[in-house]
Amino acid sequence: MTYHDLVIIGGGPAGLAAAVSAHGAGVKDILILERDERLGGILNQCIHNGFGLHTFKEELTGPEYAERYIEKVLDAKIPYKLKTIAADISPEREILYVNSKEGAVTVKAGAIILAMGCRERPRGALGLPGYRPAGIFTAGTAQRLMNIDGQSVGKKVFILGSGDIGLIMARRMTLEGAQVCAVAELMPYSGGLNRNIVQCLNDFNIPLKLSHTVTQIHGKERVTGITISEVDANRQPIPGTEEYFDCDTLLLSCGLLPENELSKSAGITLDRVTGGPVVDDRLQCSVPGVFACGNVLHVHDLVDYVSEEAERAGAQAARYLSGENTSDGYVKLSTGFGVRYTVPQMIDVKNMSDEAVVRFRVADIYRGKSIVLYYGDKQIKKLKKRIMAPGEMEQIVIRKDSFDGGIPDSIKVCVED
Amino acid sequence: MKTYEITCIQCPLGCALTVSVDGEAVTVTGNTCPRGAEYGKKEVLHPSRTVTSTVAVENGVLPRLSVKTRTDIPKEKIFDVMQVIRKTTVTAPVRIGDVIIENVCGTGTDVIATKTVDKIQN
Repeated sequence: MTYHDLVIIGGGPAGLAAAVSAHGAGVKDILILERDERLGGILNQCIHNGFGLHTFKEELTGPEYAERYIEKVLDAKIPYKLKTIAADISPEREILYVNSKEGAVTVKAGAIILAMGCRERPRGALGLPGYRPAGIFTAGTAQRLMNIDGQSVGKKVFILGSGDIGLIMARRMTLEGAQVCAVAELMPYSGGLNRNIVQCLNDFNIPLKLSHTVTQIHGKERVTGITISEVDANRQPIPGTEEYFDCDTLLLSCGLLPENELSKSAGITLDRVTGGPVVDDRLQCSVPGVFACGNVLHVHDLVDYVSEEAERAGAQAARYLSGENTSDGYVKLSTGFGVRYTVPQMIDVKNMSDEAVVRFRVADIYRGKSIVLYYGDKQIKKLKKRIMAPGEMEQIVIRKDSFDGGIPDSIKVCVED
Repeated sequence: MKTYEITCIQCPLGCALTVSVDGEAVTVTGNTCPRGAEYGKKEVLHPSRTVTSTVAVENGVLPRLSVKTRTDIPKEKIFDVMQVIRKTTVTAPVRIGDVIIENVCGTGTDVIATKTVDKIQN
């Protein structure tokens, strides 16, 4: 069995940034496993602009953003395997990968970084009534078919779900000459970024129907139309509010799910809210020497934050490989009112870096409220926010020197007035 | 006098702006900060967007090349620019940043490649 100091599962934005960071921190024996035909991951199909404002202080398209990191990986001569899928990871950090040249190969890793990303919630998980005609795609599948393969997806389109990919595809299909009837969103607010609603829907007079869902898909061979209904406060369709739309295509943009089958086979504990691994402030999972970053850990809205998180994972993997892997017990982060989860879920106060970045999402839209940090009953920090929304990730920084009074029993993040 | 109702996109707050244009005079209300006022003015007087799309590639390892306008272009030119992009075919190899269409539709900006597509190896 061959050995590598660090094996990175996934060559998308998280895997690339983690590799560059670990390499810079002195790890020279790295292997990246990527299942697609090229590096870059989902960025390759995200041809729109708006990436990199934080990282590069300029507005790039997805492929341009990917190219910057791919160049760094090539410059550092970090080895990678394309068209290679990791099929299994054991708790002993043995990775089984498969490709058409080598067959099935097992490698042992000193450390592993999980960077597998996420996938879209499919129709089957949404419980939409109707036959299964052709013409129903997740928004990301339609994006790939159009932007990578150059295929036409449909002429008259309805979009369910106002996630960012759905909004981006509303504009993309309009530009390519399709007619987008409307976007329906189950919730009373959009799950996408404001600027996407303005530039992808308002620019083209595409209606956004909040508190609506698809209640029937018509057509047997191909979609011929859909019926939507308004929903009540319990998200149940209200009889009598049905509205029919003539269309040949239904796109679904109804949420992203971290892709953690490999993490499960490695025996890694997952968080029920994020769907990603439970990690400490080093981004280390419950299996020692295994780190996670990017959308496999929790779904991000900006790739810039993925890169930043992945750089931390790379640096921490390097630290682990150099033998700095003591832990003196964790303090669990708990969530109070309005906070759905935190990443990391726990902090090793004694051995933490100077700062730990804690990211989370809020449960509802809050105007003029604050993010509050408590150690036990003591309020440590209060950040006033003009607005917080579930669609935009929030963060709070925990500084090591804030623990002057010793290690607290509990750390809590919550939303207050 | 003409008034426009628009949503500010400068931050997640998404203020509902009312922009009134009376000859030379432009007034913005509904904004919470100066950035909103500036956005409201530009969005009403000179709205512009970056257009991104793909063009067909011959002899490439990929069938499509992603492209963008190098800078933002007037919003009303979006569909004219798309017409030209849709009719364009390039031959691989193409490097990221290569000019694909010069001065597209007289906007003064070029359409450039946003990825590298290598030539197919036979």
